Amino acid sequence: MNLKLKIWRQKNSNDKGKIVDYAISDIEPDMSFLEMLDVLNDELINKGETPVAFDHDCREGICGSCSLFINGRAHGPDTGIATCQLHMRKFKDGDTIYIEPFRARAFPVIKDLAVDRSAFDRIQHAGGYVSVNTSGNTQDANNIPIPKENADTAFDSATCIGCGACVAACKNSSARLFVSAKVSQMALLPQGQIEAKTRVLNMTEQMDKEGFGNCSNTGACEVECPKGISLENIARQIREYAKATTATKK
Amino acid sequence: MSKSGLFRLTIGRKIAMALSALFLMIFLLQHLTINFSAVVSPDTFNELSHFMGTNPVIQFFAQPILIFAVVFHFVMGFILEIRNRKARPINYAKNNGAANSTWMSRNMIYSGLVILAFLVLHFIDFWLPEMNYKYIEMNAADPNRYYEELLHKFAHPARVIAYVVAFILLALHLLHGFGSAFQSMGQNNKYIDSLKKFGVFYSIVVPLGFIITAIALYLQH
Repeated sequence: MNLKLKIWRQKNSNDKGKIVDYAISDIEPDMSFLEMLDVLNDELINKGETPVAFDHDCREGICGSCSLFINGRAHGPDTGIATCQLHMRKFKDGDTIYIEPFRARAFPVIKDLAVDRSAFDRIQHAGGYVSVNTSGNTQDANNIPIPKENADTAFDSATCIGCGACVAACKNSSARLFVSAKVSQMALLPQGQIEAKTRVLNMTEQMDKEGFGNCSNTGACEVECPKGISLENIARQIREYAKATTATKK
Repeated sequence: MSKSGLFRLTIGRKIAMALSALFLMIFLLQHLTINFSAVVSPDTFNELSHFMGTNPVIQFFAQPILIFAVVFHFVMGFILEIRNRKARPINYAKNNGAANSTWMSRNMIYSGLVILAFLVLHFIDFWLPEMNYKYIEMNAADPNRYYEELLHKFAHPARVIAYVVAFILLALHLLHGFGSAFQSMGQNNKYIDSLKKFGVFYSIVVPLGFIITAIALYLQH
């Protein structure tokens, strides 16, 4: 396959950045999208040019490192996948492919296609955990009976890999799908109840502080999420938030 | 407001937005019922209009709440929109929004702006003359004037077209807004699919009712 690439190049966070055109040839349809970029980078290095910076790690759809906004969609023209699971057979010979970084004020570009997603870490630090006393007398979590439906739903929420595709796909750069998944996975389990009120308040507050937009319920995040996190999580976050803000103070 | 106030963060503001939307959607039903009576029976329309225009509970309690809800809904809409735009300072060179969301959901601000422009026209057409008639000129109540005034307003085709266009945009606004309001209040449960289906029905039937009324009144001439 021969392709035309339009790639966002930006030297550092202070640089203005621009789209640069590249032509690439002899791409196998069975290559992954990231392998195609590896081939491009090899060519650039051989020519003495600076390779394109992009995030990647496990390359098997688990780590959430790879980002990229490809031809107008987070993780490219397919659903339920991270960019590492996107294959070149999804494109045709002669196609022009736009490759841009995830765009959000809260995700500043570090270089080229690599963005700083540490805003997600700060939201997690604000409350995305359970405090467990590990003194040696800790109860085995498996001994706490939990309804199967709750366990399954909590597990579905916990599959969020924090990749940020929800933010990239959302017209408002909203982080609601991510935050609500992290709130939900705890809200559905008994271990999460002790800190339930402060968790949802602190995480929601941190989300606003980071400068993410709000939710317009377009559903774009749900469609583009590689893990199929549903909008039900967003509704649960609202219920948890309403409960926490309207609960009578003791 | 206290640190844990419901409406302090954007998520709470969306709840407020949804509550005002629900109120406005109930109001639309009431408004349509009275309008449609003009097509069925001018006498009934006059009776209902006279009641609405002279009942002190409607005039001095319900009407201010309605005006507050309308103003709140669009002011909060602007506030949220400005924040959303700030959240993405650099747009994508290529963005395929249609791949994952509806046109209606992505363009609520534009359908909302058309509805707001329509409301300005609507206030100039009906509300201001009504206020002037009753509270400035202090005319005596005339229970039979409403239908004639209504007919007179819909004599011009340009006005009828403006009304029809506004109601098409209202339908588009409601097609996303109805279901979205329930989601914004955290109501994504086993009833959501049925609610959304009812929302589609509501979003088409209510604006269509207004459109039919406007065209029927024009054809009376």
